[in-house]
Amino acid sequence: MGAPDGADEKDEKMLEIKNLQVKLEDEDKQILKGVDLTVEAGKVHAIMGPNGSGKSTLSYVLSGKDGYEVTGGEATLDGDDLLDMEAEERAAAGLFLAFQYPVEIPGVGNMTFLRTAVNAQRKARGEDEMSATDFLKFVREKAKDLKIDADMLKRPVNVGFSGGEKKRNEILQMAVLQPRMCILDETDSGLDVDAMKLVSEGVNALRDAGRGFLVITHYQRLLDHIKPDVVHIMADGRIIKTGGPELALEVEQNGYADLLAEAE
Amino acid sequence: MAARAGLIEQKQGATSARLDSLGPVADKGWTATARKAALDRVVQQGLPHARDEYWKFTKPTGLVVADVTPAAVFTGDEVQVFDSVDRVKLVFVDGVFDAAASDDPALAGVKIERLAEATSDIHWAQGLYGTLEANGQDPVARPLAALNTAYATDGVLIHATGKAEKPVSLIYRHESETSDAILHHVIKLDAKAELTVLENGPAAARFNKVMEVDIADGAAFHHVRAQGRDHERQAATHIFARLGTESTFKSFTLTANGRMTRNECVIELTGDDAVAHVAGACVGDGDFHHDDTIFITHDAVNCESRQVFKKVLRNGATGVFQGKILVKEGAQKTDGYQISQSLLLDGDSQFLAKPELEIYADDVACSHGSTSGAIDEDALFYLRSRGVPEGRATDLLTLAFLAEAVQEIEDEALSDEILGKVEAWLDRRRG
Repeated sequence: MGAPDGADEKDEKMLEIKNLQVKLEDEDKQILKGVDLTVEAGKVHAIMGPNGSGKSTLSYVLSGKDGYEVTGGEATLDGDDLLDMEAEERAAAGLFLAFQYPVEIPGVGNMTFLRTAVNAQRKARGEDEMSATDFLKFVREKAKDLKIDADMLKRPVNVGFSGGEKKRNEILQMAVLQPRMCILDETDSGLDVDAMKLVSEGVNALRDAGRGFLVITHYQRLLDHIKPDVVHIMADGRIIKTGGPELALEVEQNGYADLLAEAE
Repeated sequence: MAARAGLIEQKQGATSARLDSLGPVADKGWTATARKAALDRVVQQGLPHARDEYWKFTKPTGLVVADVTPAAVFTGDEVQVFDSVDRVKLVFVDGVFDAAASDDPALAGVKIERLAEATSDIHWAQGLYGTLEANGQDPVARPLAALNTAYATDGVLIHATGKAEKPVSLIYRHESETSDAILHHVIKLDAKAELTVLENGPAAARFNKVMEVDIADGAAFHHVRAQGRDHERQAATHIFARLGTESTFKSFTLTANGRMTRNECVIELTGDDAVAHVAGACVGDGDFHHDDTIFITHDAVNCESRQVFKKVLRNGATGVFQGKILVKEGAQKTDGYQISQSLLLDGDSQFLAKPELEIYADDVACSHGSTSGAIDEDALFYLRSRGVPEGRATDLLTLAFLAEAVQEIEDEALSDEILGKVEAWLDRRRG
C-alpha cells in the first residue's frame, strides 16, 4: 500500500510503462514514440495534451484494442506483462478503460452485459459466480449513487442514452467491476456541469489506497473535480513534462504552446 | 435453342425419374381429384432445376432426385424445444404418425384428424386440400408443393371453430437414415377462431411438407417452428395462407443445422385490414444452405405485411433470401415492410438476397432493406475490455442480432423458449 505521506519512491508501483512505442498496424505511422509513465496504487495521474498527441492511443493500447502494433518498450500491471494479454485477460487482471465514446450494443440488455462481465472476470480469477439476486442488489445500490434508474439498467447497452448517461454508465461499470487500475479517456467530453459533477463524484467514491487512476483529458476543469496527484503533458507521442496539479492550471492559462516550445 | 431444348429434356428426365420412384397417385377418397390435378401440374411444370430463375441461389438437386441422400440421425440428449409449453402433441416419426407418442387430439374449439385416416368421400377440407397450393402456383411455379399435394402420405387436418385452449404441437422425429417423408397439413380457422401451431424436429432424411392455412374474418393464426438439428437432413417446406378481413397470420421459424432447407411462404391478403408477419432466424455452420423464399400478395385495402429475416453464417455456410411484396391494383393503404440481414462470422460464408417489390396501387407504403455484415468490432472490443472472453462476446452479439427476429413471436413464453434454445446452441458450440 502507498505510503501515507506521499513519499513517491516508496509507493507500490501498479502500472508501469517504459519507452512504449506504438504504430498503427496497417499504416506506417508512429503514434507513441517512447512513453514512460508509472502510476502507483492510491494515486491519480492525469495526462493532458493537444489533439493528436497520442493520449487515446495510449489508453487503447493498454486495454488491448486491435489495430496497433507495439514496436518497442513495455507495459506491466503489477509486474505482469500487459501487452502479452488478450483484452479480456487485462480486464480480469484489474485494468479498466472508461471509453471516450462508449459503444452502443443493440439487443444486449445493460444488466445482462454487467452480469456477464462480472461473472466472466470472477471465473477468470477462479472465483464463484455471483447469484442473480445478490448481483441485482449490488448493482442497484451502485446505480442509485450515479442516478441510474431501473429503466437504464434494462435498456440495451448505451442505446439511445444521452452523452451524460453513457458516461455515467461507464462509471457504473467501473463501480461494479471494481478494477485496480482505471483509465478514464476524456470522460469529461460531452458532459454538462451537473453531469461532470455526478461522474466525478462516482470516480472519487472509488478512490482508495489500492486503486490507481490515469485520467486523460483536454481540459483542466475535470481536474477541479477529480484532483490529480500528478499531471503529465503529452505531445507528439511522448510525455514532455510531469508535475503536480499546478501544471494543469498552467495549461489552462497559457495553452500548450509554451510547453511545446520548451520541449523542442 | 439447343441449350433450352437440352434443359427441358433434363427437367423432364429428372421429373419422370422422381415420379416413377413414387408410383401412381391415390385415386380414391376426397383428395383424389386434387392429387391428380397436382400431378398434372408437376408434369407440366417439371421439378425445379438449377437453371430455373426461382432456384438461382439454391441448387434443388438433392430435393428433386429420385433416391434420397442418406442423413445421419443426430443423437444429442438436449431438451426439446417447447417442452415447457402446455400443448397437444402429435408425433410423426420419419413421416409416419406415432399414436403411442402422441396426445389425445381432442381439444376444445379444435377438431383434429389425420389425413391418412380421413377416408370418407366428403370432407370439409376438400375445398382446401391442394387449392391454396394451386393458387400459389401463379405467377411463380412451386412444383415441389404440387408434388407434395399429389403424393402426401399423411398430415393433419385442423378445423378451429373457436379459440383453441392449447397450441397444437407437431413433432417430427427422424430415426431412419434414408427416410423420405411427404406430409400435407390443412388448417381452417372459422371467423374469430384462434389457433397456435408449433412445429419442431428434423422430420426425415428428406422432408417435403406443405401447410395450407385458410384464415376466415377476424381469426388469428400463430405459427412457431424450430427446424431440427440433424446435420445432413434436407427439407423443402411450403406454407400457403389465405387471409380474410381483419384476420392475422404470424409465423416464425428458427433453423440451425441441416444441409439444405428451403422454406417458402406464400401469403394472400384477400380481406381488408388483415395482418401477416413472417419471420425467421437461422444459424448456419459449414455445409449448410438455408433459403427463405417469401411471396406476399396484397389484394385488399389497408393490410399490413412484415418480413423479418436474420441469418448468422460461418465456415462456408450459405443463406438465401428471396422476398417479394406484390401489391395488386386497388390494394390501397398497404403497409409492407421487409428486412433481411445476415451476420457473416467469417469470409467463407455468403448471403444472397433478392428483395422485390411490385406495386400497382398508388397509395401504399412499402419498404425493404437487406444488409450483410461482419460482427461489430467496436462492440466486440467493448465487451472484451470488460472481461468477456471473445467467444462469449461473439455469442452475445450473435444472440442480440437474432433477437430482433425472435421478438416477432407475439407470445412471450414461446419467444423466451426460442431465445433459450438459440443461447443453448451457441453455448454448446463453444464447448
